[in-house]
Amino acid sequence: MARTGLPPHGTPPDRIRNFCIIAHIDHGKSTLADRMLQLTGVVDGRAMRAQYLDRMDIERERGITIKSQAVRMPWEHDGVTYALNMIDTPGHVDFTYEVSRSLAACEGAVLLVDAAQGIEAQTLANLYLAMENDLAIIPVLNKIDLPAAQPQKYAAELAGLIGCEPEDCLQVSGKTGEGVEALIAEIVRQVPHPIGDPTAPARAMIFDSVYDTYRGVVTYVRVIDGDLNPRERILMMSTKVTHELLEIGVSSPEPEPSKGLGVGEVGYLITGVKDVRQSRVGDTVTNASKPAKESLGGYRDPKPMVFSGLYPIDGSDYPDLRDALDRLKLNDAALAFEPETSAALGFGFRCGFLGLLHLEIVRERLEREFGLDLISTQPTVVYEVTLEDKRVVTVTNPSEYPDGKISEVREPVVRATILAPSEFIGAIMELCQGKRGALRGMDYLSEDRVEMRYTLPLAEIVYDFFDQLKSRTRGYASLDYEPDGDQVADLVKVDILLQGEQVDAFSSIVHKDKAYGYGVLMAGKLRKLIPRQQFEVPIQAAIGSRIIARETIRAIRKDVLAKCYGGDITRKRKLLEKQKEGKKRMKMVGRVEVPQEAFIAALSSDPTDQKNK
Amino acid sequence: MPSELPDGDPAPPSGRLPESALAGLGTRPFGVYLHVPFCRVRCGYCDFNTYALPELGEGSAGQVGGFVDELLRELDLAAGVLSQGPHHPPPVHTVFIGGGTPTLLPAADLVRLVAGIRRRWGLAEGAEVTTEANPDTVTAAGMTALAEGGVTRVSLGMQSAVPHVLDTLERTHDPAAVARAVAAARGAGLQVSLDLIYGTPGESLEDWRRSLDTALALEVDHVSAYALVVEAGTRLAAQVRRGQVAAPDDDDEAAKYELADAILTAAGLQWYEVSNWARTPHDRCRHNVGYWQGADWWGAGPGAHSHVGGVRWWNVKHPTAYAARLAAGHSPAAAREVLTDDQRRDERVLLGVRLVDGLPLDTGPLAGTGQVAGLIADGLVDGPAAIGERQLRLTLRGRLLADTVVRRLLG
Repeated sequence: MARTGLPPHGTPPDRIRNFCIIAHIDHGKSTLADRMLQLTGVVDGRAMRAQYLDRMDIERERGITIKSQAVRMPWEHDGVTYALNMIDTPGHVDFTYEVSRSLAACEGAVLLVDAAQGIEAQTLANLYLAMENDLAIIPVLNKIDLPAAQPQKYAAELAGLIGCEPEDCLQVSGKTGEGVEALIAEIVRQVPHPIGDPTAPARAMIFDSVYDTYRGVVTYVRVIDGDLNPRERILMMSTKVTHELLEIGVSSPEPEPSKGLGVGEVGYLITGVKDVRQSRVGDTVTNASKPAKESLGGYRDPKPMVFSGLYPIDGSDYPDLRDALDRLKLNDAALAFEPETSAALGFGFRCGFLGLLHLEIVRERLEREFGLDLISTQPTVVYEVTLEDKRVVTVTNPSEYPDGKISEVREPVVRATILAPSEFIGAIMELCQGKRGALRGMDYLSEDRVEMRYTLPLAEIVYDFFDQLKSRTRGYASLDYEPDGDQVADLVKVDILLQGEQVDAFSSIVHKDKAYGYGVLMAGKLRKLIPRQQFEVPIQAAIGSRIIARETIRAIRKDVLAKCYGGDITRKRKLLEKQKEGKKRMKMVGRVEVPQEAFIAALSSDPTDQKNK
Repeated sequence: MPSELPDGDPAPPSGRLPESALAGLGTRPFGVYLHVPFCRVRCGYCDFNTYALPELGEGSAGQVGGFVDELLRELDLAAGVLSQGPHHPPPVHTVFIGGGTPTLLPAADLVRLVAGIRRRWGLAEGAEVTTEANPDTVTAAGMTALAEGGVTRVSLGMQSAVPHVLDTLERTHDPAAVARAVAAARGAGLQVSLDLIYGTPGESLEDWRRSLDTALALEVDHVSAYALVVEAGTRLAAQVRRGQVAAPDDDDEAAKYELADAILTAAGLQWYEVSNWARTPHDRCRHNVGYWQGADWWGAGPGAHSHVGGVRWWNVKHPTAYAARLAAGHSPAAAREVLTDDQRRDERVLLGVRLVDGLPLDTGPLAGTGQVAGLIADGLVDGPAAIGERQLRLTLRGRLLADTVVRRLLG
């Protein structure tokens, strides 16, 4: 701990260390960060809230970090006071771009690995990113207090990966605090100090942008060149928008206004804007009065990869859903949505997400923070469909799939990395082949751990890949993937018809070889889920006008309680009242009453079905 | 295990009823139900509130012995509660003694109960007094004693004429006992009804036909036929869950209902409620018709349900708890509900559609419904009756889908 911290805006770059922690979910990053906050004295023990940096409830509950923040901590080393900026990074594959921007704000990275589990695929992916950014890597094994810890084994694994000696791996316990001071000392020693031109026009990179109810958008930046000062006008180089800097400062970890931010410094900006889209991650901030000629580069518009329809179960909640999405969007530049109507589900929104986890988080926040009950349709990816007349149609919803003569369909593919114990190689290969994957390479990380690299259609991953991977490897495999362009594929749209009426919510774009399987599966599922009606209900799966599967729900013949005497009346009436309530949750498809639950169950992937596939 | 009581509002210890409930007393038929919650053994399918004598443990003989006095004590409470309204309660039109096995009590006890009702309210001219009976427990002397004591009708639990079906149901009587019991009852001058159950696992359509034919050969004037329901918590439910016996099948039960209706109708019995057939209107069970037409009745005994003027209540279930309440001078009611107008309307529809007379279309709870044309088109409601008589009456198909019809009428 240092007695007094260095004041921002006057800190010489050689006293600054900017670093991040790369870790897998559950490997203890937040606990380690907490311990550093305590040791450096920026948060005292009493004020310590477990996992201080993860602010949102969902983050705390699921143990993952969605939004990163930066904390400035003072530290004295060999009699010299330093300012350490710890930049927290999101840990999940959906947020790779955010991770890459966080890494670009640092000179060093702590590679934190659970000493009982070893490195996971997402961590490996982020490690590659860090090494590409020329970050100094400090390998650290965490949770050495656990009885199951195998520090020797995993130190060897890390050493093999980053080209150091096993004994260079630090051993810490975020929980007990053991080894954390030594780690901080190593950060000061090993992480290079930032280098920039203090006289040049300012260039600061936005690595995070958070909406705060009271303050509007809080933008986190790393200054590369020049400086930013209170009350000056700043320019966002990609959007060409200027704002007045209402406040500038550093987090330690509560926001503290400063006289500005100089070369190498990390802090926050407040301009009063209300929408994170006006302050985009990856953009370069410069002085409006003397703007930099070139931006820092690397900015990318967030691009939704996975789409799903979100519908309120109670149709009257539609306006609430719209308001809730508007609110979430303030804080989530990657969330895209537009109104959509489904004959089966009513009014809802077509939403675009960075990936499956992003979808789940948004859905969960809508349900939890806004009290909405939702149905989400099966996630789909973006298809480029070229018709024979050369028209190109972009399809994010099976209902947009064109009817005309199609000459080519392109689907997005990803480069996937799977890490797993080598005993599961066969199971993983079988799974990936079934998912139309192409093996690109395989390496042993250690004697019994293997890294497998595949090209896979994204559509196969969003369906149920991860669950299957976990179940076939008893939970040991980890997965990372990143977009890798697109490919031509032999795809068709399968429709589901109830009594001849197409149910749009169940249409799906699938590979030709899987169309039959999908049709049989859905028709069979629906036969079990839809209660018998007064008439026979045929369920058909069709490609265009060609029927590929058929099931029949037989007409119900008996629906009457045989005995209804004095003691049965109250119970019978209560049952009727319940059924009347239930009827409100029925959706009509033609004349067929389909319970809401049937839609939900049919749209969710049922693991028992999948095992038999 | 007996089934659970419904949830309701607390019932006052005095048993007092709201004025609104008592206001119409005497404008509707008035019945008394007496519940005798004892059986020699419990049948595997049964979820009624009844206790096999060994289940009651030590001193159960004494408990059964004192039981008639407890029922009479509740009737005293009833007489007090019902006399608090503006009108004097009318003489009792119908009495139904159910169980359990009422005939497990000596005939003299049942006669005391009938006499107790007569003493408190009087019995109306031509009152119907029914007791349920297990064929095993019926004797000619007993039937004569009951008839002399005022009983007019006996409902016998025949269930089936087929030994393997009776085995599955765990019924103890042998099929021949039914004929003897019918003869004894008829010899005593009692009206006789037979209860049958269809849909028992392992029962073929031919088995069911045999049961119907056997019942009709006894020349009874009233038959009740019930689809077997596997009630949660019964031994049968456990056997079904374990896969030892097949669950009853709705389609099979539908076929058996249709067969029953055809055979009974051909023999001159007409349906008058979904599960009940009678030779003439005079042979119908008026007590049960009261349940379906919103009559008032006081149900005495453990777990018994009552209804007076839109208030329904039900007693605590266990005989020991029941006895304790009465001994303390309290009402044995466990809970009650005061029905809202909407609830009364729903009940009138759900009960009324079960009857052959059905419900009027132009007045009452169905006035203004827009559902009838669709129900006629789907073959559930009798078109000519709706057009000519302006009555909603179910077709045979409609009877089998009566709950669907009710949901469509009220949904």
